[in-house]
Amino acid sequence: MNLNATFIGQMVAFVIFIYLTHRFVWPPIVAAMAERTKRIADGLQAADKAEKDLELAKQKVVEQLTSAKKEAAIIIDQANKRAIEIVEEAKEKARLEGDRLKASAQAEIEQATSRAREELRSKVVTLALAGAEKILESSIDQNAHNELVNKLAAEL
Amino acid sequence: MSSAEHAEVLTSSEYIKHHLTNLTYGKLPDGTWGFAHNSDEAAQMGFWAVNVDTMGWSLFLGALFFFIFRSVAKKVTSDVPTGAQNAVEFAIEFVDSNVKSMFPYKNKMIGPMALTIFVWVFFMNAMDLIAIDLLPEIAKLVGVSLGADPHAVFFKVVPSTDPNITLGMASCVFILILWYSITQKGVIGFIKEFTLHPFSSSNPIVQTLFIPVNLVLELPGLFAKPVSLGLRLFGNLYAGEIIFILIAILYGAGYLFAGVAGLIQIVWALFHILIIYLQALIFMVLTIVYMSLSYQTDEQH
Repeated sequence: MNLNATFIGQMVAFVIFIYLTHRFVWPPIVAAMAERTKRIADGLQAADKAEKDLELAKQKVVEQLTSAKKEAAIIIDQANKRAIEIVEEAKEKARLEGDRLKASAQAEIEQATSRAREELRSKVVTLALAGAEKILESSIDQNAHNELVNKLAAEL
Repeated sequence: MSSAEHAEVLTSSEYIKHHLTNLTYGKLPDGTWGFAHNSDEAAQMGFWAVNVDTMGWSLFLGALFFFIFRSVAKKVTSDVPTGAQNAVEFAIEFVDSNVKSMFPYKNKMIGPMALTIFVWVFFMNAMDLIAIDLLPEIAKLVGVSLGADPHAVFFKVVPSTDPNITLGMASCVFILILWYSITQKGVIGFIKEFTLHPFSSSNPIVQTLFIPVNLVLELPGLFAKPVSLGLRLFGNLYAGEIIFILIAILYGAGYLFAGVAGLIQIVWALFHILIIYLQALIFMVLTIVYMSLSYQTDEQH
């Protein structure tokens, strides 16, 4: 337990080991630890951001879904209206067509009726003349009695 | 191993004395250089002698510290750390947080210095936990095989029980205190610390009268720093070692006492773990605090 040169030896060794630690040990390890701290902080930040993004995306999806549903409802509504319109139109058309057909048929009937009447009339004239000739036993001068005959025919 | 044989040869006081004597290399009384054969011879060697055992273990443990930490630093990764890197990072983070909380100035030396002190002193102290006779007996076998007198092979394995070692480190810290005080405050500022505190006056004549008083009060405080730093570590570990030696003596006093000794040794070793850690921590913390104080420029009392 004497104070001797060990004292100086320890001082020198102490300085050397401090220098070695300062030069070769401390900087790389501290740098690595700082880098890891930074990476963890970055990772946490990125996770936070991703979570926020996810939340935003979810909101967007909900929004889009709602608007799409609304649009679809509008489209279906329009389609329904259009379908009713088309049916109504078709009904109207059919009704008009029916009316038209009915009218033309009526006209045809009337035409046929009047034609038949004309024919009948002319035949009646001839028959009346023939009958009258027979009754009078003389021929009627066609020209002299034409007016009379026509009058008769018109009365038929 | 051969306690019966020792009991014949050694008395208790001789056993204690043997354990407390360093293996000293220096100039022998007859003028040649060699190992001292007893503590008186070692004392006569004067200053120019080396305690080969404690110096050697100190260097070995310092190198061990450096190689463990250097091997980690070489392949250090900022990815997930494994095994040794975890332990080393734990130590460095612990030291770094201590430095950051106590030393708010910019100095790249303080961190590495605190780490060196903490781990190195911890290793030195931890040598106390190795069975007290194991390494000295091995040294004795080696020494005897080399032709030495078995009673002259002294071997102290705990470097921090040698005041040379602890005071050596404390002196380095003291030199750093002086160096940083002067570089940070200037020579004038540093001298003012001892002459104008704690008593100061605006009257120049009164102030001149105060200077010697201030010197008497402040200078012992300055020199007490390294002395208390070194002797605290030395004293704690020296006391711990002596208790281990006394417990070891108890082993030779019959079966009953040997059983008691075993129990006491376990208890003391467990308690000593605390001292080993605590003294390393105190040495480191005080060093940081002293450095911080020498950086403090606007000190007001």
